[in-house]
Amino acid sequence: MDLYAENILDHYRHPRNKGQGPLAKGQAVITHMEENLSCGDTVTIHLSIKDDCITEISWDGTGCAISQAAMSLLSEELQGKTLSEVESLTPQNVYDILGVPIGPRRVKCALLGLHVLKNTLRMKERKELQGWNETVGND
Amino acid sequence: MRRQFPVLRRSINGRPLVYLDSAATAQMPEAVCLAMARWNKEQKSNVHRGMHVLAEESTVAYEDARTAVQKFLNAAHPDEIIFTKGCTESINLVARSWGETHLQEGDAVVLSMLEHHSNVVPWLQLKDRKGSDVLWMDIDEDGMPKLDDLKKHLKTGRVKLVAITALSNVLGIAPDLKTIIAMAHDAGAWVLIDAAQAIAHMPIDVQDLDCDFLAFSGHKLYGPTGIGVLYGKRKLLEKMPPFLGGGMMIRSVTQEGFTPADLPGKFEAGTPPIAEAVGLAAAIEWMQQYSWEDIQAHEQELLRFAIDNLRLIPQLHVLGTDGKSQIINHKSPIVYGCLSFTLDSVHPHDLTEILGRQGIALRAGHHCCMPLHTKLGIPASTRLSVGIYNMKEEIDVCAQAIVDAQKKLHT
Repeated sequence: MDLYAENILDHYRHPRNKGQGPLAKGQAVITHMEENLSCGDTVTIHLSIKDDCITEISWDGTGCAISQAAMSLLSEELQGKTLSEVESLTPQNVYDILGVPIGPRRVKCALLGLHVLKNTLRMKERKELQGWNETVGND
Repeated sequence: MRRQFPVLRRSINGRPLVYLDSAATAQMPEAVCLAMARWNKEQKSNVHRGMHVLAEESTVAYEDARTAVQKFLNAAHPDEIIFTKGCTESINLVARSWGETHLQEGDAVVLSMLEHHSNVVPWLQLKDRKGSDVLWMDIDEDGMPKLDDLKKHLKTGRVKLVAITALSNVLGIAPDLKTIIAMAHDAGAWVLIDAAQAIAHMPIDVQDLDCDFLAFSGHKLYGPTGIGVLYGKRKLLEKMPPFLGGGMMIRSVTQEGFTPADLPGKFEAGTPPIAEAVGLAAAIEWMQQYSWEDIQAHEQELLRFAIDNLRLIPQLHVLGTDGKSQIINHKSPIVYGCLSFTLDSVHPHDLTEILGRQGIALRAGHHCCMPLHTKLGIPASTRLSVGIYNMKEEIDVCAQAIVDAQKKLHT
């Protein structure tokens, strides 16, 4: 199957939940940014969290079709998820959401969104941020 | 010509390989593969260590390779040629051996904004360890390192070394080495040339240049990976301490200490890359059947053709040669070996992935030149590089594929 499947290209061209900045007036919003230094891709996430549940998500970023489509697809999955559900998300979950074969060279593109998401939660809990090896599952 | 390169017969997903990534590594002609295979099958033996026939043949082959490199660079003596595992190790050798002993806190090394990380990081490491400074030559609108910056730095009287590329691996721009070397020498600084890219695209005469050190890798010169060269003036190399310790680099060892060997053995600890040295010599011999005039005329024609064709693609900006580019406005678009470009709203990784599936090999990313990309204000670019074996038809195929990829991602 083509990496640049119609679904991926659609999310790349028309990203969901993108570019609305921090949302939820009067409600705590947590923001975090990560980048993939080897290609310059960046993703910033804004999460509104109420009762340990994600009530709203907005994100911004620049980069390749895979990193941006993956974040767009992931953002759709996150609405209403509990924090523990988010914490248990795995790279495989992201690959399944993408539904296209991700080769070794594109793993970090596909997982940039997951990486920033995990670290947004860690920031919220004032925990040490996780490295790429942990996100990718090499640890 | 193309028939001599086995890999060029490959097809990928049913399409012929279009290899436009020779700046990353150049393909090897059959003659090089055969020379290495012959040594491995018939002569494999360690050098300078045995009295038997294979050891003798191996030693002769290895030292012949050194002489071949000496002649290729027009070095004065064969012992000014040190074999390493690559250009990076060659530069690190100078940083460790010369830098550790000759640089004091407050001394400075001058680099240009065009440098590859391999000619940046060793000097930054030295900065951390020794407190020596790294001073930068910015680039002007033509992409050339600013001589005014060099003049300013040299005036401080702290500069001990200027380390500069002979050819940018991103912009394809060749700095004016002779002027830079003369300026550095006038101020009492040595000069190291990173010839990783230049070695396959222009004649290099170290005596004419009067550079003090010069480094390159075999694999960009149609030779094998795993071998590099450091040229150094004999009087400098003689005063430098050994880099790695081990066999071959010693004259004598006692329980208390050691005396280092003479050049070049002093810098070649351990069993060297012998098959690779044989391969490098074969690559040089193979290349020398063509004249530099012919090689340069062919490559200039390819790059000119590429620039003219890529410029027709909407939203494509050739770095350093595109009059409309906001990035650098290049007045004299002479580039060697490669050119790089950006395509608005198409990420280089997407572009090269899509082209790669059609058998077209380009390089994407920052090409190990993050300071340059930061200066240009772009995270990454796509590079098209040519070698002796490329054809105009391949540039055509590539340009069309870029247009198709642009459509695929944005319609």
